[in-house]
Amino acid sequence: MNINVIEASGLGKRYGRTWALRECALAVPAGHVTALIGPNGAGKTTLLNLAAGLASPTAGTVSVLGGLAAGSRAALDGIAFVAQDTPVYKNLSAADMLRLTATLNRRFDKPCARARLAELGIPLDRKAGKLSGGQRAQLALTVALARRPKLLILDEPVSMLDPIARHDFMANVMTAAAADGVSVVLSSHVLADLERVADHLILLSRGQVQVAGQVDDVLATHRMLTGPAAEADTYTQRPVVHARRGAAQAHLLVRATAGDPVPSGWEAHPVGLEELALAYLREPGAAALPGPARSRPAEPSEVIR
Amino acid sequence: MDIDKEIGRSPIEFRLDPASGVPTYLQLVQQVEHALRLGYLKPGDQLPKVRDVVASLAINPNTVLKAYKELEVKGLVAGRPGQGTFVRATLSQITLPELTGLRKALLGWLAAADKAGLDEDGMVALFSSALRDFHERRRGTGGVRRGAASGEKEDIA
Repeated sequence: MNINVIEASGLGKRYGRTWALRECALAVPAGHVTALIGPNGAGKTTLLNLAAGLASPTAGTVSVLGGLAAGSRAALDGIAFVAQDTPVYKNLSAADMLRLTATLNRRFDKPCARARLAELGIPLDRKAGKLSGGQRAQLALTVALARRPKLLILDEPVSMLDPIARHDFMANVMTAAAADGVSVVLSSHVLADLERVADHLILLSRGQVQVAGQVDDVLATHRMLTGPAAEADTYTQRPVVHARRGAAQAHLLVRATAGDPVPSGWEAHPVGLEELALAYLREPGAAALPGPARSRPAEPSEVIR
Repeated sequence: MDIDKEIGRSPIEFRLDPASGVPTYLQLVQQVEHALRLGYLKPGDQLPKVRDVVASLAINPNTVLKAYKELEVKGLVAGRPGQGTFVRATLSQITLPELTGLRKALLGWLAAADKAGLDEDGMVALFSSALRDFHERRRGTGGVRRGAASGEKEDIA
């Protein structure tokens, strides 16, 4: 399964005079759970909509599942998409939802979906509008997975859910990834949760890819250096992504591995996904693009400030 | 709560501590090693199935696979195709009475340290430092040790 489930090059989408996504080049490998992170307005939803075939690009190309044109019939057959806040038809019962989706799709595993809903304790005859937020999200996920997709795209699936509903929802997604080998791409604001679920990362900022790669690789090539604030500006051995300074002490997030030398008087610590993502989000001009996305030079083309 | 244990169920359950800062896969590795040391896991026992770990902790399946791979490389477990991952070696080379005796001696040491006015962090620092000394002496390497003279706690990155 060495294909890319999403591949984009020069991808851009303009709404009116605003570019929601610009010059976007990325490759999402199959068999992974990929987290799409970025601030509001970074272009996450636009990118996911383009991949799902719900919107067409203004510039560039996007293909899915190993080269299928996004939005083509073959592509649509292999992708399940759950939009922001897991929308369902509020006036339809769960049973109606299953009947409708079974009719609208060429492949739909209705017995499996029914069994799943029973396991989750979601009554088939209740209108979706009367279900709890967690149950609605599970219903939307169950319908999506019953299509037996190769790629599951989730846009902000858990942002509105309470901690237990969030955990149960993600457990379901991870089980699908483990048991059926579904590749998953999800966007989320809940950084703390992503560390557990994602093994591939795409950080999007101002319509462009800032960081892309395997989570392990990305974390292994970043360190947090802590030392005297007075020396913070003279540190030049490795690229500094983000600096936080107190009166005496400074923290520098640098692109360095465990083997790189640490200046005397400084301590090096490994960083977590959340810390790393926050640092990059605060520095939209910084970029780290290891892996397949580095088709163009990874120099920060627009340095802000 | 599950009293009706199905066959093939593992003797251990994983948990995660998000505040520990330890990568998830490493937490799983350490918990298996810990269970081996304390005798919760014995050769022939099955590790939790990847699917079950994923469903109970809501974590990436590749994380579990990575942890099991690492344990396999260490020679502690072996995967059996279609069945699961099983313990093949044990980490506890000593018997339970011996372990109890050593524990008692350590508790005695802790009481003495407490009496001398050392707090818990101080005890941990002293023990870690002594363990490092012991380790280096046994290996016979006399490398330069940062902060050892001043008694500072070293940060192991």
